[in-house]
Amino acid sequence: MAGRLKATKKMKSIMKWYYVEAKYARYLGKKVAWITSGGPVEPLIAMNIIPVYPENHGAMIGASKMGGKMSEFAEGLGYSSDVCSYTKNDITSSITKESPIKGGLPEPDMLICSNNICGTVLKWYEIQARKFNVPLFIYDTPFVHTEFTEEARAYVNAQTEEYIKFLEKHTGKKFNYKKMKRVGKLSLEAMRLWKKVLETAEHKPSPMTAFDAFFHLALIVTLRGKKVVVKYYRQLLKELEERNKNNIGAVDNEQYRLLWDNLPIWFRMRWLSEKFASHGAALVADTYTQAWCGVIDYVNEEDFLSTMGEAYTRIHLNVGVDQMADTIKKFIRQYDVDGLVMHSNRSCKPYSFGQYDIQNLLQDEDIPVLMIEADMTDERKFSESQAEARIDAFMEVIKQRKREKK
Amino acid sequence: MLSLGIDIGSLTAKGVLLEGTDIVEKHLIPVGYNSKKAGEKLLDELLQKAGIKREDIGKIVSTGYGRNSIDFADRAVTEIICHGKGIHFQMPHIRTIIDIGGQDSKVIVLDKSGNVANFVMNDKCAAGTGRFLDVMARAMETEIHEFGVLSLQSKNPSKISSVCTVFAESEIISLVAKGENREDITSGIHLSIARRIASMVKRLGMIPPVAMSGGVALNVGLVDALEQILDTKIETTPFSQYSGALGAALLGQGA
Repeated sequence: MAGRLKATKKMKSIMKWYYVEAKYARYLGKKVAWITSGGPVEPLIAMNIIPVYPENHGAMIGASKMGGKMSEFAEGLGYSSDVCSYTKNDITSSITKESPIKGGLPEPDMLICSNNICGTVLKWYEIQARKFNVPLFIYDTPFVHTEFTEEARAYVNAQTEEYIKFLEKHTGKKFNYKKMKRVGKLSLEAMRLWKKVLETAEHKPSPMTAFDAFFHLALIVTLRGKKVVVKYYRQLLKELEERNKNNIGAVDNEQYRLLWDNLPIWFRMRWLSEKFASHGAALVADTYTQAWCGVIDYVNEEDFLSTMGEAYTRIHLNVGVDQMADTIKKFIRQYDVDGLVMHSNRSCKPYSFGQYDIQNLLQDEDIPVLMIEADMTDERKFSESQAEARIDAFMEVIKQRKREKK
Repeated sequence: MLSLGIDIGSLTAKGVLLEGTDIVEKHLIPVGYNSKKAGEKLLDELLQKAGIKREDIGKIVSTGYGRNSIDFADRAVTEIICHGKGIHFQMPHIRTIIDIGGQDSKVIVLDKSGNVANFVMNDKCAAGTGRFLDVMARAMETEIHEFGVLSLQSKNPSKISSVCTVFAESEIISLVAKGENREDITSGIHLSIARRIASMVKRLGMIPPVAMSGGVALNVGLVDALEQILDTKIETTPFSQYSGALGAALLGQGA
C-alpha cells in the first residue's frame, strides 16, 4: 500500500500554526475576519487581516464526529432540522465553545459573506453579526444561469470597490494596492498548483484519491494568497509526481475509477474510503475540490482586483445545472472514470438540488450513477447499512460492465 | 453440485437449495432480531428438510441485508444482482424488475442477456417500502395476505396524499372515522405506494416486460395498482419471494 502522503504532516503543522495565530490575533495587533468558503479572501490577506472560515471549522467538527450533537443543540434553539449543518455547528460552537479547537474559533472583528456558494450564508452571517456586534460585508454574486453579463460584471466590480472601502474603514488603514498585487499573483499561483495536484490523478493508478484531496484542500480554502500555500502545494505535487513515476497508486491494485460529486461526508471518510478500496475502486476526482481551481481562466494575473468579481461569481455552485453537468462530463473523460457517486447532501441544497437533472443530462455518457443520501457533518442523517447495500450493488454493476467490455 | 442461496431480509430469511438448475428444496423463516442466528436456523432446518448434511453443499452464497452476518457463506452478493439472476432464470424475457423489500424498494433494469444494466433504490425514507404496507395493514386491522384481495373489490379508491408512513397512517385513521369503506381505503393505499414506485421506475427508464420480485409480488392489490399507474402488465411468479435466494444459489452454481 502507498501509505500516507508525507506532506500530510507538514500540512497539519501549517493548519495548527494558522489557528494559533488566529487565536492570538489580538496580542499580535491583528484583526480577525470570518469569511465564507467562496468569499474573496485576497483583500483581507493584503490588509494583514486573518481570515477564519467557519465552514472549515464545520468540516473539522464533522470529522471529529461532533456534528450530530451540535445540530441537535441548534435545533433546541429553534433552528429547523433542514438548516445547513455547518451553520448549526457554527451557531452552536459560538455559544457553547465546544470545538475540536480548544475554546472554539477566535471571535471575529468583522464578517465577510459571499452568497456565491448558497443563500443560507446571508442569514447565518447576519445572525453572527448581531451576536458578536461586528460589521458585516455582503459580496452579492448574481446567479449565472447561462452567461456572465456585462451588467453582472459592473455590479460585482462596484462591490469590490465597496469592499475595499469597508476594509479601510474598519481597520483605519489605507488599502495596500501594492501588496494586493503580490497576493493576487500568489493566489493564482496556488490555484494553478492545486489544479496540477488534482490532475496527477489522471495517472493510472491514481497517486491520490478524493479523500486525500478533501484533506489537502484546507490550505487553498483558508490561506490562498499566502506564500506558504504555494510552497506546500509544490512539495505535495512533487511527492505525487514521484508516485506516478514509480506507478504507486493510493489504492492497492486500482481496478475501477470513480468520480465524486458534492461535499465529503466528513464523519465517514475512513469508512467510505476503505469500503471503496475493498472493491479495488479509487475515487480519483471530485467536483468539490476542483471548485477552487475552476475559475483560473477568468482571473487576470496582472489585475486580480478588477477580475476577481467575475471569478468569484462563476464558481461551480453559482452556475446553472447545464454547466454543472458539462463540468462532470469533462471530468468523466479527463479522469477516465467508470462510475459517478453523488452524495445527496441534506445540508447543501445548491449542491444537491440539481443532481437528478444532472443524472438525466448524463444519460449519453452511459455511466452508472450512485446516489448516497447523507449529510456533510450530521451523522444522524446517515445510515451505514443503507449506504453499504447501495455501494456494494453499485460496485457489482460496475464490475460486471467492465467484464463485459473486455 | 449442490449450492445454497440464503437471502436474509429485514423480515424473513429465505433459502433455496439447487442442484445444477433444479430446485431441490426451499425454506422460509421469520428473521427476528438476530440475523446471524436466523441464518443458522435456516440452514439447520433446510438440511433436515432435504435430508442432507452440511458437507453435501458445495457452495453457499448469501444475500439481502443480513448477507454479511452469514459467516458460513462462501460469498456475499447484494440483492440487486441476486434478484436479477433469480428473475432472469424464471422469466428470461423480463427487462425491468420491481422489488419491494421490508426496508427498501428497488427497480432493476436488465440487459438482454439478463445482466444488471442499472438500478435505483428508494431514498432514506420508508415510504414506498414493505414497511409502509405493514403499518397500513395494521392500521386497517387486516392481515397482510388479505390486504391485496380486499383492495381489488374497491370501486372508488380513497385519496391518500401523504407519502410519509406516519402521516399516511393518521390520514387513514381519519378516513376510517369519516366512514369510507375498507376496500376503498386499501385500494387508495396501494395506489399511493404504486405512485411512489412508479417515479423510481420512470427515473430509471422502464423497459418492458416488467416483473415484480420479492414477497410483496404476492399482493394482488399492489400488482394491480402498479399496472394501472405504469400502464403496463406486471408479471409475477408464485416463487417470487424466493427469487433473491434463488439468484444467490445460481451464483453458487457458477451462473
